[in-house]
Amino acid sequence: MSTEQSLDQAPRLDVDALLDDPETRIIVCCGSGGVGKTTTAAALGVRAAERGRHAVVLTIDPAKRLAQSLGIASLDNTPRRIKDIDGDGELHAMMLDMKRTFDEIVEAHADRDRARAILENPFYQSLSAGFAGTQEYMAMEKLGQLRARDEWDLIIVDTPPSRSALDFLDAPQRLGSFLDGKFIRMLMAPAKVGGRAGMKFLNVGMSMMTGTLGKLLGAQLLRDVQTFVAAMDTMFGGFRTRADATYKLLQAPGTAFLVVAAPERDALREAAFFVERLAGDGMPLAGLVLNRVHGSGADQLSAERALAAAENLDELGIVDQPGGQAGGRATNDHGGTASPEGAPAERKDLPEQADQSSASAQPYPSAATAPADTVAAALLRLHAERMQLLARERRTRDRFAALHPEVPVAQVAALPGDVHDLAGLRDIAERLASDAAESAGGPAA
Amino acid sequence: MVSGKGGTGKTTVAAALALALAEEGKKTLLVEVEGRQGIAQLFETEALPYEERRIAVSRQGGDVYALAIDAEQALLDYLQMFYRLGGAGRALRKIGAIDFATTIAPGVRDVLLTGKACEAVRRRNKDGTAAYDAVVMDAPPTGRIARFLGVNAEVAGLAKVGPIHKQAQAVMRVLQSSWTAVHLVTLLEEMPVQETVDGVAELRAAGLPVGAVIVNMVRPALLGEAALAGAEADKPAIARALSQAGLGGASRGAKAERLVGPLLEQAREHAARLALERTERAEIAALGLPTHELELRAEGVDLAGLYTLAAELRKQWNA
Ligand SMILES: Nc1ncnc2c1ncn2[C@@H]1O[C@H](COP(=O)(O)OP(=O)(O)OP(=O)(O)O)[C@@H](O)[C@H]1O
Ligand SMILES: Nc1ncnc2c1ncn2[C@@H]1O[C@H](COP(=O)(O)OP(=O)(O)O)[C@@H](O)[C@H]1O
Ligand SMILES: [Mg+2]
Ligand SMILES: [Mg+2]
Repeated sequence: MSTEQSLDQAPRLDVDALLDDPETRIIVCCGSGGVGKTTTAAALGVRAAERGRHAVVLTIDPAKRLAQSLGIASLDNTPRRIKDIDGDGELHAMMLDMKRTFDEIVEAHADRDRARAILENPFYQSLSAGFAGTQEYMAMEKLGQLRARDEWDLIIVDTPPSRSALDFLDAPQRLGSFLDGKFIRMLMAPAKVGGRAGMKFLNVGMSMMTGTLGKLLGAQLLRDVQTFVAAMDTMFGGFRTRADATYKLLQAPGTAFLVVAAPERDALREAAFFVERLAGDGMPLAGLVLNRVHGSGADQLSAERALAAAENLDELGIVDQPGGQAGGRATNDHGGTASPEGAPAERKDLPEQADQSSASAQPYPSAATAPADTVAAALLRLHAERMQLLARERRTRDRFAALHPEVPVAQVAALPGDVHDLAGLRDIAERLASDAAESAGGPAA
Repeated sequence: MVSGKGGTGKTTVAAALALALAEEGKKTLLVEVEGRQGIAQLFETEALPYEERRIAVSRQGGDVYALAIDAEQALLDYLQMFYRLGGAGRALRKIGAIDFATTIAPGVRDVLLTGKACEAVRRRNKDGTAAYDAVVMDAPPTGRIARFLGVNAEVAGLAKVGPIHKQAQAVMRVLQSSWTAVHLVTLLEEMPVQETVDGVAELRAAGLPVGAVIVNMVRPALLGEAALAGAEADKPAIARALSQAGLGGASRGAKAERLVGPLLEQAREHAARLALERTERAEIAALGLPTHELELRAEGVDLAGLYTLAAELRKQWNA
């Protein structure tokens, strides 16, 4: 083990230094789904503002309660000032409305009649409502818009809940090249394309295609496609150019990527892919936020010892309560480990598992029935479970650190409840920032 | 149909469900539609082709076949079936027409995917018996499921004539019948439960039959709040118990006594989690749907784990 890189040797990510640096203009929080990207983005926004910056957070899919408590739940697609921020800074936040963002681009680029024709077209509606990559594209678009407004000195972007962190980088260009693809160009101007020598067969394919599709889908649908494509004509170049421009923005100095991951195998594997991709594309990685890390205040007690001790207590319990009566045994002081009389110890009062769908019964020790050693045994089992989790998390973290020893890391403890208000965000941010100062070792429980 | 928020265990639960049905002697088809080869990974086999393949056999005489539906291939099949295209299909693919039709044409992709699954549902053997006793689909996530399944109604309206129109209508009849059930996988956390509640409402509004809620990755409740309160009230007793279990002295500052604080802290977190889970369970119960629970397997789900989950599902629905 000594030759292996462990996360405890990984450089610490100094979050406050990143937030305080006036050169930092854009922070992108990415990672796979459910790891805490939105939470991290919002928490960084709060901290940046309270350290004096004029920040805006673009969230993509905040949990309902978080959005409500920040007052950004109404989808108006523009940043709102967040109240109750301490200090001189300012925080604005918004929640992305993908369709609205798309509609706004159309409205900005086409005259009124044309815009209406596009907005009402079923193909456009399909594209704007849920085409794979539209959300990513629109997030980039919104980022570009916020940047262009130049009202904030720091923009923090959350990314869509895709399964792969890479989608955020790839989707816009995929969409762009799709809209710019051969077939679409052909639908737009079949004559032009077909006129060139060697392209004739395309023309044949084209009319066959339209014929076939027409029969298959009905002629109306095909007319819709052509109207759609014709109406979008003016904008295609625009889409590509815009996607490219925003991509460049991500490569510019002043942009910092934070990869968010939970200490789980899948999430850290995605994080590793992402780190490699950023390096490949010359995009600046600030570090890894390892969110929802577990700790223990009693980590000197191993899982094995805790379980053994719990079993000792079970056996004591059986000896003490021959009738199975759950009476309170007087807080004992008789020493000596009792040996079990009865064969396989039945764990009294302890749940076999909460796997029955009824949650009403209390399968675990309750106050009235549980003597101290039953409760102590349960505490020890809980601890053993925690220590096993810690060991698994450590293994996955170490694997990441071995692959990418250069990546600075900040850890955030898993809180027992959800994070859904300003106070919760402040707490997360505080943990993010203070991990840099902390010496090696897991976060406090 | 098995849906749920991303990452809650749709693929895992769909596979366990298919296995469970096979264990009841049924010939089952497990279908995936997102082109991610999740089934192959789970069953530890090589990538699945667009072809029905047997991937598991049960001692009870049932088996699990698997199929990864590919929308482009399905479209080519249809074109072939209706128009005998021959090599022209390849040309269509080359100019991007197939890609266009399966990605942007509203709903075409979903019609093809659900259509293929419904074809398997309705397929008959020569003797007239059903080719499959059950078809399980690892469906798109809750956010898209109502649209995915409802798309046939939409398309039947959009394409007013032609084979696609007929096909869409036929698919819709199967999906809205009692042959279909959409099961939703969730975790006992705020966002997945919220998605489940929203999903149920959407499905019901679309006239699609909702099946069961499957609460996945449930962690055991080891210590109740009342017991915790009792322990808080008498810490020395806990210290003595720990000491008795061989963990050091119980007097102030001794080893066992020093464990009490941190252990209780963990118990408080545990209790807070249980309280949160209780709220989420109540939300789920309010849906009035059959509910099953699958425990969190600490080391993840491998093939053996999948069989365990399948057995657990059977136990619960036969109870
Ligand atoms: N009961 C369980 N115990 C432990 N791990 C589980 C359990 N169920 C699922 N998992 C694990 O959780 C992860 C996500 O599961 P799965 O891939 O089935 O989810 P999904 O909903 O299909 O995800 P996606 O939305 O990405 O398709 C996998 O690593 C899987 O092994
Ligand atoms: N450190 C943490 N401790 C406890 N809960 C957390 C933590 N980080 C995030 N959460 C919760 O996890 C859920 C998912 O977080 P979210 O930020 O929405 O993830 P993502 O944006 O990556 O999908 C939310 O309910 C959030 O409150
Ligand atoms: Mg999010
Ligand atoms: Mg899946």
